[in-house]
Amino acid sequence: MAATHTAHTAHEEHRLSFWRRYIFSMDHKVIGIQYLFTSLFMALVGGFLAMLIRMQLGFPTAKFYWAQWLFPGGFANNQIKPDFYLAVVTMHGTIMIFFVLTTALSGGFGNFLIPLQIGARDMAFPFLNMMSYWLYPPAIIVLLASFFVTGGAASAGWTAYPPLSVLRNAVPGSQTGQTLWLISLALLIIAFLFGSLNYITTILQLRTRGMSLTRMPLTIWGLFVTAVLMLFSFPVLFAAAIMLLFDRSAGTSFFIPSGLVVGNTLVQHSGGNPLLWQHLFWFLGHPEVYVLILPPMGIVSEVMATNARKPIFGYIFMVGSIVAIAFLSFLVWGHHMYVSGMHPLVGTAFMTTTLAIAIPSAIKTFNWLATLWRAKIRFTTAMLFAIGFVSLFVTGGLTGIFLGSPAIDMYFQDTFFVVAHFHFVMASAALFGIFAGTYHWLPKMFGRMMNERLGRLHFWLTFVGIYATFFPMHFAGIAGMMRRIFSVTIYQHLQGLAGVNIFISVAAFMLGAAQLIFVYNLFWSIFRGPRAERNPWQATTLEWEADSPPPHGNFGPELPEVHRWPYDFSLPGAPTDFVPQTVPAGAVPSPVHGGSDETERS
Amino acid sequence: MMESSERAAARAGARNLSLGILLMVVVGGVGSFLISRARWWLPPGASAQALEIDRLIYTTLAVTGIAFVLVHVVLALFVWQGGRAERAAYFPEHRTLELSYTLAPAAILITLVSMGAVVWARVHQPAPANALVVEVRAEQFGWIYRYPGADGAFGRFDAALINTRTNPLGLDPADPAGADDIIARGGDLHLVVDRPVHVRLRAKDVLHSFFIPAFRVKQDAVPGMTISVVFTPTKAGHYEIACAELCGVGHYIMRGKITVESQQAFDTWLASQTPAAP
Repeated sequence: MAATHTAHTAHEEHRLSFWRRYIFSMDHKVIGIQYLFTSLFMALVGGFLAMLIRMQLGFPTAKFYWAQWLFPGGFANNQIKPDFYLAVVTMHGTIMIFFVLTTALSGGFGNFLIPLQIGARDMAFPFLNMMSYWLYPPAIIVLLASFFVTGGAASAGWTAYPPLSVLRNAVPGSQTGQTLWLISLALLIIAFLFGSLNYITTILQLRTRGMSLTRMPLTIWGLFVTAVLMLFSFPVLFAAAIMLLFDRSAGTSFFIPSGLVVGNTLVQHSGGNPLLWQHLFWFLGHPEVYVLILPPMGIVSEVMATNARKPIFGYIFMVGSIVAIAFLSFLVWGHHMYVSGMHPLVGTAFMTTTLAIAIPSAIKTFNWLATLWRAKIRFTTAMLFAIGFVSLFVTGGLTGIFLGSPAIDMYFQDTFFVVAHFHFVMASAALFGIFAGTYHWLPKMFGRMMNERLGRLHFWLTFVGIYATFFPMHFAGIAGMMRRIFSVTIYQHLQGLAGVNIFISVAAFMLGAAQLIFVYNLFWSIFRGPRAERNPWQATTLEWEADSPPPHGNFGPELPEVHRWPYDFSLPGAPTDFVPQTVPAGAVPSPVHGGSDETERS
Repeated sequence: MMESSERAAARAGARNLSLGILLMVVVGGVGSFLISRARWWLPPGASAQALEIDRLIYTTLAVTGIAFVLVHVVLALFVWQGGRAERAAYFPEHRTLELSYTLAPAAILITLVSMGAVVWARVHQPAPANALVVEVRAEQFGWIYRYPGADGAFGRFDAALINTRTNPLGLDPADPAGADDIIARGGDLHLVVDRPVHVRLRAKDVLHSFFIPAFRVKQDAVPGMTISVVFTPTKAGHYEIACAELCGVGHYIMRGKITVESQQAFDTWLASQTPAAP
């Protein structure tokens, strides 16, 4: 295998046509970048939908002429219609979770970084990798097409709870829209499974000489464990989605009990149970939030150690907590179902596992803090986002302690408190991981540096914008504001919330607008940014041994050989404040961790 | 020259970020909490379990609030120092430190889990014998309440008999137990102050969630299941039922109303209702 890969050196690149090099490419770097840019496009779509949600919740009586012009079917009298609002809410969640965060992190950074950081020339299965990416655009087309079918896009929430998602006359989006939603998700799941099989095989089989498991960068650990999570959890959602399709179209009754009446019509189903879907969905759904947070944890550890000029603190505990979180994540799905009708005793069991998962999360936080202690920090934009990530993760993690307790959840379930919680701990934190990774690795991807001044502006507007948008949502939730409601004007107990909703909306618009700075900086830097050196951040990992950008096949004729762990920053007695992984143990002092006495992998 | 401008940039970056974290997150977080405490907060509790759940919320708030402030202050401090350091320490691991900050949160979490488990179990105790039994049936987009009448038994129902205008619950006329059932449709759910309520929760079409903010009660209504919800209102007055589970286009208007009154007033109201006798 290694021998055939060695042949993939620079001269072979000339033989590939434009189409094979940039469109139907089997090069992991091109595929990673394709994933990232497609995710960026979807992030703009999902972010725009978020703005529509905030328009309605903040300014329910305002008239939006341009929106009516843009969505003639979704608006009436220049105001959003309730059915279109539900479609927007559903699509915002679906797009952001599956089509932006999962694809950018696992698809984008996973593809780009795994071979480079483990010292491989490409993925184990390049063709499968190309297939993985090329299932993603069709999934997008099917998903976005659902806005234009009768009844509009799916409207049963990103969780697609039946019976609402099965009965075609229960909500307009459950006509054709929900079918397309399921097909789109099924396509994307296949893409994810191709990807995760590939990542697992590559990391286990193609590590270069000396790259033992305990010398892998934490980014690789995060991506590796994520791939395992995806491989075990997504097939469950795939099966559930097929079952839901059958319930909708083939007359089966997996999720529909007998005796349902919609309007005056008796539904012809019997024998199913809606709770089955919830169990299957959350068996994926909960690991999925860790699919979104483990890679950022790895990225943040990497960026933080490099810019703190200090080894990541507690490497073994960091790896151990990633594995512990992943294992526990399969045992906590029931905390989404405390008030679902599940037996209360089961709730007690899930409370225990749920709060147990807070322990490895706390370890990671304290380890990041210990990494920053007595550091010599370089305040690059990537580092700002990495430190911001810690803040967001702490804030969102702490509110999780409320929601993990079923008696408290009895009040907070399905309120904006939950919306605030997951937007901090999962959505924004994952986004910060993506930003940190982009500012850090763009020089490697394109050989150009990003503009730091615009980067800092982007960081501050985003950091402030996220706190201003999502922190007050806790208060709306504490006051009892339910999720997914079209208007807060109907209920007595929500009458006082107009002000806080206006504040949230204005902050959200600012947050949304600030992302345009990032988009501008990104494209400007790719074409006009200053040329990047091979190792602009004086980092230690293998990707910085390759050219910026790395050629096809990544490294020169010889693959790099690894002699130490990836975090030898400020090693006493070393000539520079960083010692790359390729420096032999004899040349500078041996590190404390992952020393040369360890059996070398051959 | 190069070195000193780099140092100056590091100091400025450290100052900005540590001040940003302190001002925005710590001062902003605590400040907005204090403002919200006065304006957007838990609706006044009006049930026995509201008291216990609120106590749990406040305990958790104290623990997490302290952790929130401490972690951010420490983060800001380390960031501030990190901009001034001559060189970084080589400090890759310290087992005692790591074990202690594994065990400390574990101890706190075990305490919170135990407290939570006690309240959760108490909330789910079976209904006492003197409980007022009422059926709440959720549908797109409203609530129907049924009392068992003098015989204390609910009449049988059959989904096939449902007619939205004439027989909304699908009561079976052949069952004599149903003849005296009282169906309160469109009106309030009447409850008695300080008397436990045993709600038998059902749904007609899709998932709904029976949410009474003032009582800290929430339970999904699941088609095909009858779920018991037990609580005790402790203050007379008018309250709201909200639907908390997405149920369709009218989800946001699925509002119900509750009247909590004395036993005497309740009896008078119940006597004024016409039995179903379909």
